[in-house]
Amino acid sequence: MSETFEPEIIAFVCTYCTYAGADLAGTSRLKYAPNVRIIRLPCTGRISPMFILKALQKGADGVLISGCHPGDCHFTHGNYHARRRWMVFRALLDFIGIPPERVKYSWISAAEGVKFAEFINSVTEDIRKLGPFEQYTQLIDQAKAPASL
Amino acid sequence: MAKIGVFICHCGENIGAKVDCTKLAAAMGEHPGVAVSVEYKYFCSDPGQESVKRAIRENNLTGVVVAACSPRMHEATFRKACAEAGLNPYLCEIANIREQCSWVHTDNDQATEKAMDITRSMVEKVKRNNKLQPIEVPVTRRALVIGGGIAGIQAALDIANAGQDVVLVEREPSLGGHMAQLSETFPTLDCSQCIMTPRMVEAAQHPKIRLLTYAEIESVDGYIGNFSVRVRMKSRYVDIDKCTGCGDCITKCPAKKISSEFDCGLGKRTAIYTPFAQSVPNIPVIDKANCIYFKNGKCKICAKTCQCDAINFDMQDAFEDIEVGAIVVATGFQVQNNTMYGEYGYGKYPDVINGLQFERLASASGPTAGKILRPSDGVEPQTVVFIQCAGSRDPSKGVRYCSKICCMYTAKHAMLYAHKVHGGKAHIFYMDIRAAGKGYDEFSRRAIEEDEAAYLRGRVSKVWQENGKLMVRGVDTLLGRPVEIAADMVVLATAMIAQPDAKEFAKTIGIGYDEYGFYNEAHLKLRPVESSTAGVFLAGACQSPKDIPDSVAQASATASKVLALFSKDMLEREPVVATNNEATCAGCWGCVLACPYNAIEQKDIVDRSGRVIKRVASVNPGLCQGCGTCVTFCRSNSLDLAGFTERQIFAEVMGL
Repeated sequence: MSETFEPEIIAFVCTYCTYAGADLAGTSRLKYAPNVRIIRLPCTGRISPMFILKALQKGADGVLISGCHPGDCHFTHGNYHARRRWMVFRALLDFIGIPPERVKYSWISAAEGVKFAEFINSVTEDIRKLGPFEQYTQLIDQAKAPASL
Repeated sequence: MAKIGVFICHCGENIGAKVDCTKLAAAMGEHPGVAVSVEYKYFCSDPGQESVKRAIRENNLTGVVVAACSPRMHEATFRKACAEAGLNPYLCEIANIREQCSWVHTDNDQATEKAMDITRSMVEKVKRNNKLQPIEVPVTRRALVIGGGIAGIQAALDIANAGQDVVLVEREPSLGGHMAQLSETFPTLDCSQCIMTPRMVEAAQHPKIRLLTYAEIESVDGYIGNFSVRVRMKSRYVDIDKCTGCGDCITKCPAKKISSEFDCGLGKRTAIYTPFAQSVPNIPVIDKANCIYFKNGKCKICAKTCQCDAINFDMQDAFEDIEVGAIVVATGFQVQNNTMYGEYGYGKYPDVINGLQFERLASASGPTAGKILRPSDGVEPQTVVFIQCAGSRDPSKGVRYCSKICCMYTAKHAMLYAHKVHGGKAHIFYMDIRAAGKGYDEFSRRAIEEDEAAYLRGRVSKVWQENGKLMVRGVDTLLGRPVEIAADMVVLATAMIAQPDAKEFAKTIGIGYDEYGFYNEAHLKLRPVESSTAGVFLAGACQSPKDIPDSVAQASATASKVLALFSKDMLEREPVVATNNEATCAGCWGCVLACPYNAIEQKDIVDRSGRVIKRVASVNPGLCQGCGTCVTFCRSNSLDLAGFTERQIFAEVMGL
């Protein structure tokens, strides 16, 4: 593999803060890595752990979640729910053998276009270092192979 | 079978120069379920929108994806165009390939590849979009205004003058608020009472305004257009219908030495009292804590004096539930208690007073009938030191903000003092003079140039008593030397702070507040009079420190918001709300815990004979704001969020 590995990353963001921050990065013509695909949701409170698993199952090498800063949630406390959920879910990821570093969590406000661009770049670099996410396919292969007794 | 139309916008060069739109259109044309895939220079233009509409009609499209700029930009535009072509507007989605693709990437191939992913993902979502209808909620055309100061009165009058019903609730026995306490007002020096009391009377006599004084808000339920408010009518012990306001009871009341709140402790009042002579309504209340009858069981002199039999010692607090469609919060401010400035001697030396107390001294209706006399011995002070920013802009006292009015009222105080005490000398310690406003800087200059107020730029470190004088030690930073002034009176321009119960009250109404307890507006610049809760508006100093013109302007702005709300029979809301599958709902109420809006109610499922079979969650679409937190919380996957359903999001992920 002489080419550098280009990770696929799926982002779940809230429409009020981080999606607007991403738009601001655009209107400011900031440049960042093209590896992230954004899925817009009304609030980080809407993000189900199942979405993250689905993204990883689909072949994403990393997932990122971002919403309003604590205290700034448009829906008053959806982001606190998301944060609590993430604290529990992270332990589960670890347990099932998915490195929690593949899932990034952050707060980016509608005014933080620069932070958004920098965050995307740093996450892309981090995931690139981790390499492709192959544990999932390995698990499938293991399940297909005859059980060793 | 899905028939999706994909419309790829070049946005001039904005997208077209980076993303290969022809390639994108061709690739999307191949995608299963896509019936039309075209590109165009500007789809948001008139001919562009027309071509979208034509494509919908000609191909009977079941969904539309516009790959263009951010949905925050033109989602509404294209949804409207779809509706005009007969397609349910919620079957239209935007793929953001400008702000989040062409503008932020340098490599054309990578940008094109990303644009394909984004568009494909949206196509997959749209295939699973449902037809949605805007939610209609009825509007109760009655407004509640909380607070009877100048902001509340202005809002109430503006709404009432437009022909809508208003309930004006004030917790003190009289309307008026802080403005009624002021002597003259800057920058015109017109008497506050003279401009305020006619407004109070107008509000009280207005056929469209129902005035509830000595009343407090107990609870607020409901949502925009449909609030249910419980008001506690505190017992006045005086029958408001029988009392004529003759005032005989007040004259005869033997408990005469109670410190008057209205005069900021500088005057005295009786136990049965009206806060001030021009009170509206002019009906006294009995202060239970200080009434001799309530303390000793003997007296009732007021009842014996009253010729209308209006005194009723058995009166109880009464409660009333009022239905309103909009709420204006105009609960005002308080003046900071400056006992925390021990070094200035407030609370220790009677002649160290605050700005509001000075207003009472200068007021013709005040305890000294408008003569500037110092509180300790009633002598006219020959030297007065005013200390600005006593509390404001002082992080160590917990107030980092500027109280906004102090520079102006201190200039006014110095002028009033100069006009009333000829030969008196006013010294003003200041940090900066902030006199932004119409006629404001001219006014403060007048204090310096015509009325000879001596402005000293610097802080005061200490005030102490020596030989019957108040010694003020400070620094003049412009001359770079310490200053000591022997004063007869010291006036502290104390900070304007939120009402002590502001945070509690915010929770009662369900609005946000900042670290100081001032209420949060929905957007500091663009929605300054709306709270984050739909249907609740903010007026006056409860939102931030304000002077009278600002409070009045903001109050009128809330009135216009309320009237806009009342201009329709039904409110239309985005249908992005949670829905519940009652068949699978187990009634665990996890969603109730998750919901920030109390939008989830319990609903009984009954059989034919009316027996309750089970209890399930039911989402009130009027209250639901569509965050989706409950959906993620739902253990049985019964809840879903219209517009962002599980199916749609999974399809989006799989489409990438």
